Amino acid sequence: MAVLVDENTRLCVAGMTGREGSFHTLNNRNYGTNVVGGVTPGKGGQDVEGIPVFDSFEQAAAEAQPNTAMIFVPPRFAADSILEAAAAGVALVIAITEGIPAHDELRVYNTLKRDYPGTRLIGPNCPGILSPGRANVGIIPASFFKAGNVGVVSRSGTLTYQIGNEIAQAGFGCSSIVGIGGDPVPGSSFVDVLDLFEQDPETELVVLSGEIGGSAEEEAAQYIAEHMSKPVVAYIAGFTAPAGKQMGHAGAIVSGSAGTAAAKAQALEAKGVRVGRTPTETASIAVEVLGGASLAAS
Amino acid sequence: MDLLEYQGKQLFARHGLRVSSGEPVTSVEDAVAAAAAIGYPVVVKAQVLIGGRGKAGGVKLAADESELREHAGNILGMDIKGHIVRKIWIEHASDIASEYYASVLLDRSAKLPLVMFSTEGGVDIEEVAEKTPEKLIRHHVDALQGLSRDEALQIATDGGADADIREGVADALVALYEVWLEEDATLAEINPLIVTPEREVKALDSKVSLDGNALYRHPENQGLSDSENEDPIERRAKEEGVQYVKLDGDIGILGNGAGLVMSTLDVVAQAGGSPANFLDAGGGSNAEKIKQAVDLLLANDAVKAVLFNIFGGITRCDEVATGLIAAFAEIKPSVPFVVRLDGTNDVEGRRLLQEAALPNVHAAKTMNEAAEMVVALAAGKSVGAGA
Repeated sequence: MAVLVDENTRLCVAGMTGREGSFHTLNNRNYGTNVVGGVTPGKGGQDVEGIPVFDSFEQAAAEAQPNTAMIFVPPRFAADSILEAAAAGVALVIAITEGIPAHDELRVYNTLKRDYPGTRLIGPNCPGILSPGRANVGIIPASFFKAGNVGVVSRSGTLTYQIGNEIAQAGFGCSSIVGIGGDPVPGSSFVDVLDLFEQDPETELVVLSGEIGGSAEEEAAQYIAEHMSKPVVAYIAGFTAPAGKQMGHAGAIVSGSAGTAAAKAQALEAKGVRVGRTPTETASIAVEVLGGASLAAS
Repeated sequence: MDLLEYQGKQLFARHGLRVSSGEPVTSVEDAVAAAAAIGYPVVVKAQVLIGGRGKAGGVKLAADESELREHAGNILGMDIKGHIVRKIWIEHASDIASEYYASVLLDRSAKLPLVMFSTEGGVDIEEVAEKTPEKLIRHHVDALQGLSRDEALQIATDGGADADIREGVADALVALYEVWLEEDATLAEINPLIVTPEREVKALDSKVSLDGNALYRHPENQGLSDSENEDPIERRAKEEGVQYVKLDGDIGILGNGAGLVMSTLDVVAQAGGSPANFLDAGGGSNAEKIKQAVDLLLANDAVKAVLFNIFGGITRCDEVATGLIAAFAEIKPSVPFVVRLDGTNDVEGRRLLQEAALPNVHAAKTMNEAAEMVVALAAGKSVGAGA
């Protein structure tokens, strides 16, 4: 098991013919992901190192039967690309693109909910999903992770690698690493992914990495208390972030007194979730809960 | 991107919201000319991106030219919580019968537009929400349908707007929703939305935040915001496309990835240090990009030591080291650096740094160790062997 991506993934990449798109698509294929096609309007019939390019998701769906789409197109085209993949019946859409307008994200989220409830969106502005040993869809550097029983869900890419690497050095592996992205209206939130990890028999513990802005961590705290039987260890970034300043991610902003790191950590701790003060401490707590040796000894 | 009051009001007017006629000016003489055209009495309002302008003395009524000269003279140049007033807005004074509140925002939790309305305007709305929540109407709008006129009228009625001006309030709500939607705003707020003795519904103030990611659709909005009061380093970073936020400490921070940089600030603060900035150098590792980032970071004179925190994923640490060495050769920084390289090709990266023997550059393996080292260096203490 694992969540969302695995041996059954059939990936089709929008924007595969671009520089970044082709680099990461080939990386994903080298890892073993089954890449069945790409979509670039006007380039149908071409190929990228043997991967066929289609003009549309509709055509790709008819000829290559993808069940997963990865979106690598520029921000102004991304919303339509996501909806096109959903309209073609693709069940999982992973949007890597950063910089999509918030109103477009709102339209996409609500259109998927109304018209394409069978499609799940991860991202945008996310590093993708890695299920070690099975499939990698996105830009997560697979070399730091091996297969195991820790599920990771995060709003930040590099922070995920930081924490995941420390857990790996202590000898533990991951079932799946899911980047939900740093934007104001993500397609999937912590709660959605926690639910998947709760159902995944292989996952024994979940590491949740959050940051300032919005209330997804507070909602996760509530969900964990009510629905999770598995332990969750959390980390929150942005304690020193001043109010009203966007910290890199479009969604990482404290608005007035809302969305602070302190409030999020408190909400989680109030529901019994242990929150690490640093990435290293977070990894240590996870390892301790899993019954492993202390990190200092590794 | 937050707009000044008058910029927000100009957007409001474009969408049919009623505002008082006025003019933004930067000198007393221009204020006098503007007031003569508008007609006394006028209100003089400081244009800064910070709340509490009235309490700070940044909003004054002027009945005639001599009062205007006095107030405009006092307010121009005033420091309101660190924001220097360089521009004032002169508008015709309004008579007020009632003060309401209206806003439209993106509710990140519900993932829907949220319209809020209250007859308790003119005060801090967070306080109304806390103390008398029943007086604040919160109405989620179908994001794909938008706000209908009927819905808006219902909100005005539910909120207890006076019966004779409910239609006017509904019109204002529909127009405010249009501002929010069509200008790609994340927040459009009017506090207070006033009712005049003549029963006109009018926006007396504005608070508008626009989505920077959507500016490509609104070239006419690109010059807005408070660029004169913007921090010069932040402005330069924006022009160069670098994610940089100025803070008040003395430790310069640079890393790859927004989450990791936020976390680095926290770890440095926990080690007793005070970060001078947030800087996400992104995924690139070439010398040019690193040089640009280091240049920006050192443009802040308060910086006494720098922490360079890289966790290499797709970014390779050996490339970062090569870039750093090339950048140093050109910039020759005068403050100590702590460089933490971890992740892809970290051993090779650290070896390159060691061989280059850059003066005053110290290598660290972990984030915590790096934070402790940089805090000590910023305090003028020495740390172990350099790289």
